[in-house]
Amino acid sequence: MCRIADEKELQELIVKYSDKLARKFAGNDGKKHLVVCGGTGCLSSNSHEILVKLQELIKEKGLEDKAEVNVVGCFGFCSQGPFVKIFPEDRLYRMVKVSDAERIVEEDIIGGKCINDLLYEDPATHEKVERQDDINFYKKQKRIALHGCSMINPEMLEEALGYGAFKGLTRALHMSQQEVVTEVLNSGIRGRGGAGFPTGRKWQFALDQKNDTKYVVCNGDEGDPGAFMDRSILEGNPIGVIEGMMIAGYAIGAQNGYFYVRAEYPIAVKRLRLAIKQLEEAGLLGDNILGTGFSFRCHVRLGAGAFVCGEETALLNSIEGKRGMPRPRPPFPAVKGLWGKPTIINNVETLANIPYILREGASEYAKIGTEKSKGTKVFALGGKVNNVGLVEVPMGTTLRELVFDIGGGIPHNKRFKAIQTGGPSGGCLTEKDLDVEIDFDSLVARGSMMGSGGAIVMDEDNCMVDVAKFYMEFICDESCGKCSPCRIGTKRMLEILKKITDGKGSLQDLQDLKELANATKTNSLCALGQTAANPITSTMNNFENEYIAHVVDKKCPAHVCKNLMEYKILPDKCVGCGLCARNCPVQCISKTDQPTARNPKMFIHKIDASKCVKCGLCMSNCRFGAIIKQ
Amino acid sequence: MALVNIKIEGKDYQVDSSLTVLEACRKCGYVIPSLCSWNKGECSLASCRVCLVEVKGARGLVASCAYPVNEGMEISISSQKAMEARRTSVELLLSNHQKNCLQCDKEGHCELLKVAELVGARDGKYIGAVTETTIDELAPGLKRNTAKCILCGRCVEACKKAQGIGILGFENRGFSTIVSPAENRSFANSPCMQCGQCVLVCPTGALTEQNDIPKVDEALKAGKKVVCQVAPAVRAAIAEEFGERIGTNGTKKMIAALRRLGFYRVFDVNFGADLTIMEEANELLERINHKGVLPQITSCSPGWINYMEYYYSDLIPNVSTCKSPHQMQGAITKTYFAEKHGLDPKDIFVVSVMPCTAKKYERTRADQGHDGLDDVDAVLTTREIAKMIKRAGIMWNRLPEDEDWDQDLLGQYSGAGVIFGVTGGVMEAALRTAYFALTGKEHELIKFEQVRGLESVKEAAIDINGTVIKVAVASGMREAKKLLDEIRAGKSEYAFIEIMGCPGGCINGGGQPYVKPLLLPNEDDDIRETYRAKRAAVLYNEDERQQIRQSHNNPDIQKLYADFLGKPLSEKAEELLHTSYVNNRDRFPRKK
Repeated sequence: MCRIADEKELQELIVKYSDKLARKFAGNDGKKHLVVCGGTGCLSSNSHEILVKLQELIKEKGLEDKAEVNVVGCFGFCSQGPFVKIFPEDRLYRMVKVSDAERIVEEDIIGGKCINDLLYEDPATHEKVERQDDINFYKKQKRIALHGCSMINPEMLEEALGYGAFKGLTRALHMSQQEVVTEVLNSGIRGRGGAGFPTGRKWQFALDQKNDTKYVVCNGDEGDPGAFMDRSILEGNPIGVIEGMMIAGYAIGAQNGYFYVRAEYPIAVKRLRLAIKQLEEAGLLGDNILGTGFSFRCHVRLGAGAFVCGEETALLNSIEGKRGMPRPRPPFPAVKGLWGKPTIINNVETLANIPYILREGASEYAKIGTEKSKGTKVFALGGKVNNVGLVEVPMGTTLRELVFDIGGGIPHNKRFKAIQTGGPSGGCLTEKDLDVEIDFDSLVARGSMMGSGGAIVMDEDNCMVDVAKFYMEFICDESCGKCSPCRIGTKRMLEILKKITDGKGSLQDLQDLKELANATKTNSLCALGQTAANPITSTMNNFENEYIAHVVDKKCPAHVCKNLMEYKILPDKCVGCGLCARNCPVQCISKTDQPTARNPKMFIHKIDASKCVKCGLCMSNCRFGAIIKQ
Repeated sequence: MALVNIKIEGKDYQVDSSLTVLEACRKCGYVIPSLCSWNKGECSLASCRVCLVEVKGARGLVASCAYPVNEGMEISISSQKAMEARRTSVELLLSNHQKNCLQCDKEGHCELLKVAELVGARDGKYIGAVTETTIDELAPGLKRNTAKCILCGRCVEACKKAQGIGILGFENRGFSTIVSPAENRSFANSPCMQCGQCVLVCPTGALTEQNDIPKVDEALKAGKKVVCQVAPAVRAAIAEEFGERIGTNGTKKMIAALRRLGFYRVFDVNFGADLTIMEEANELLERINHKGVLPQITSCSPGWINYMEYYYSDLIPNVSTCKSPHQMQGAITKTYFAEKHGLDPKDIFVVSVMPCTAKKYERTRADQGHDGLDDVDAVLTTREIAKMIKRAGIMWNRLPEDEDWDQDLLGQYSGAGVIFGVTGGVMEAALRTAYFALTGKEHELIKFEQVRGLESVKEAAIDINGTVIKVAVASGMREAKKLLDEIRAGKSEYAFIEIMGCPGGCINGGGQPYVKPLLLPNEDDDIRETYRAKRAAVLYNEDERQQIRQSHNNPDIQKLYADFLGKPLSEKAEELLHTSYVNNRDRFPRKK
């Protein structure tokens, strides 16, 4: 795109591209538009190959005038990917394989028919659903941060401009810095990185600092296990995040912005860099943007994959080329941040919300959400739930809606046990919390937290001590090693948890665990350590019985902890086929001399518990359900 | 100075607003134990979590070392919550600390033990795995034992602050974190200068000097003629080891103690310092007169030499070839002194008592010996010699103060030799002699005030018979670097530069007694800021008291040249008193 000199030129372009995009969606340009998901999840299931194949076929069959294929940002419904969507019908094909490309071109593009077996099937009603918006998974969602995802090509500035980009910035540039900050304050938006600090207040602190050099930093070092909202936002809406950063830069008086993104997100980084390049070429980044005198540059820094670098002061150290270890606060980054200059650090999702606030106005934004938490929140819904993926819902949606309406409930008719929110810093919420309206404060009040938005559903087969151990292992590995409570405290807690799950725990261990959890919380230097024990505290509060079962009865109620469970063959169900014995890697299953109920020539089998390694092969091989865990 | 009103334990106080909570509490009479914070001002680490207190309204507990006071602040140190938190932090540290205190070289100086006592921590509360240990004993000067390390980070900061090189850093993550040179190499295999500034700040036995007491014991046991020679800076600090206040001159008692340890002779390395000045001042004149490489840089600090050989090996031609004073004196002891007394040099064992850990390394260098014998056979730090004195049952405070150095060929010394122990001292001593050599008369004032003081870089212009010689003095490599970069760029306007490895010079050497406020209840709060000046004053006072103030006026030196060496820079002097340097730049190649 050639250089845009002023706002008038930009407005003209926006009108032009909006019109083009509208015609595309409506089918007024005489073409069918196929869009293929370009999110990391779908790409790893060959969506790029699907895209290439579709393009080849269209060329081969001379359909270039009738159809066009493009990549789009993440659809969010990752368990059903890869997706191919067709405009203007808004028809969504899911779980598409490369081999389906031929059919899509032949039957749909040429034949104009809907391919039924590629449509989503509602697990409850078994009905096929053609349009994306009609799928339950999408019905309660509202996309602000994921703006443009599954609709426009994230690698094309033209489409972004046609889909609302830079309307927010141009409005901001007509306002004073204070007015922009006030607008953000009034919107009520709170930081999406975890703690939920009001974004506007953070900006106000930085604006109040008298300094010629200030910085905006975008925290894209998403590290919670299972969380990938920042990745998808950067992959699907990179220009929106950059626009958010520019608005922040204008508001506080910064000239430079740094994106700190994990190196494990190569596609996000690639699209971000491409977007920066396109914007620089268009004159929308650089000196004297749109002739307004506002200058801003974006830089990308890659994180080496340390969880702690998501902590803002450790992140600053990392950008400066130092070891990623947190700094003591005060001074806060807004006063003394990157290279000692006033700095605001906002999460990817936070910045992705900013253009909406400026475009639609603070009051529009404030209409969404609860009293104290405004807007939407993206969750990475995972675990024991039917619809796994990324969902953006208004604050105030209940956990029940999240798990059962959007998530489609628990697979295999198992019972819901808990939902873990907030990643390793968060906690578990249980059935009694299902009707809680999700916002920052309600989750904290119930012993968990919003965190960056991980939501992992657990069912009756999950052992909560084991869950706590999992998170503690993660934290223990990821502690930066700087402060003693986190470095040593987490290790000691992990050791106690291992002891408990090994069946060697005592009631005293539970007491020690509580004390250590409390000490790590009060004594640690940064939020990583301060929240490290949350998974322990919340599981101990909600599932004390499970802990007690482990240490007193030496039983794991969910039959997960190997030392506290055993496999057993039910004599009345065993048919004596011997499949289990043949598959046992340690030969601990043998025939008894007791004939089976079904056939006197066959004999009931038995497991020698002293030799069993509890691999579970026998149970998964038994076709008669005769082997159980207990 | 703005004042703020604060409350500690419900009592009202007024304190300077620039203080941290920890400093303010200390001023008001409360001890908050701390491990990572050891200097004035805000602690940049806040890592040990031992100094936690409760501050009303603050979220969670507050690390008092890094938290500024503000108006109306209400602090509680003794709340159960704060006390329990401090105790738990220490108990956790103890659970990952090697607690064989009796085998630890920091015995008596261990801050962890002291802090444990202060917070009432008991070992054994938490038990579990310990971090994989590295013990590095390869370097002649320093030892590192990660099992003792509590990862406070003081050494990391100290190395950066003093030398600007940051040899030490954090490696690995989480429970596996250790402090080490890059790639967990040995000090011996890293560009460490072995100055020992890290040892001075280490609160535990993780970083210590190499213990050379057994070597000396063995020599004494074998009946060797063990000649003890003591560096000037040792007297300025040794009394601290026996509970005296910083700035106490310990010369006389030290001499008495050393004699009681059974040394054959007790000499002052000031003699060697005078000898160094004779050689070095003449080398300078030689360079000036014959258009040699200038500026000439001093060579008496082995830490600086180690640094130079790695980071600035291109400046080797600038560095004086003079050995350091104790090496010169060792060489003279084993030749001139042995000859005069009819002793076999092989029977002589020279022990240097030094404020320095790098001297332990210097002793082992190639080109620091003669006829197959080392110039010096063992180097003990000030701390080690104090241990030997204590071990021998000698009561320091009852030692007589009327004994003097052995006056036997190497006994006399000038005031110029004494001030070697402080930054600027070598320069001043050299100027006194150079002035005389060029003008034939003594400098009227004797003192060259411009090069005194503890600033990290000083410069002066001395008018000698109408010729102005510009000189500069630096201590600590971080600051010296500025002067060195000027030379490298060909922009240096100086003729002579003195460089000392440790900030402040030898009085603050890595082998000197520890200055740890928590363990020094008799010193004032500002001791970390004032101890160097207090020690320097000891040396300048001793200079003032000397009859002879210039090296060339030392009669024993004059006799040594007349009877043995001939003149400065003679062939014999070159052979015994000068050395060479190597380029170490490629010694530690990067991993491919």
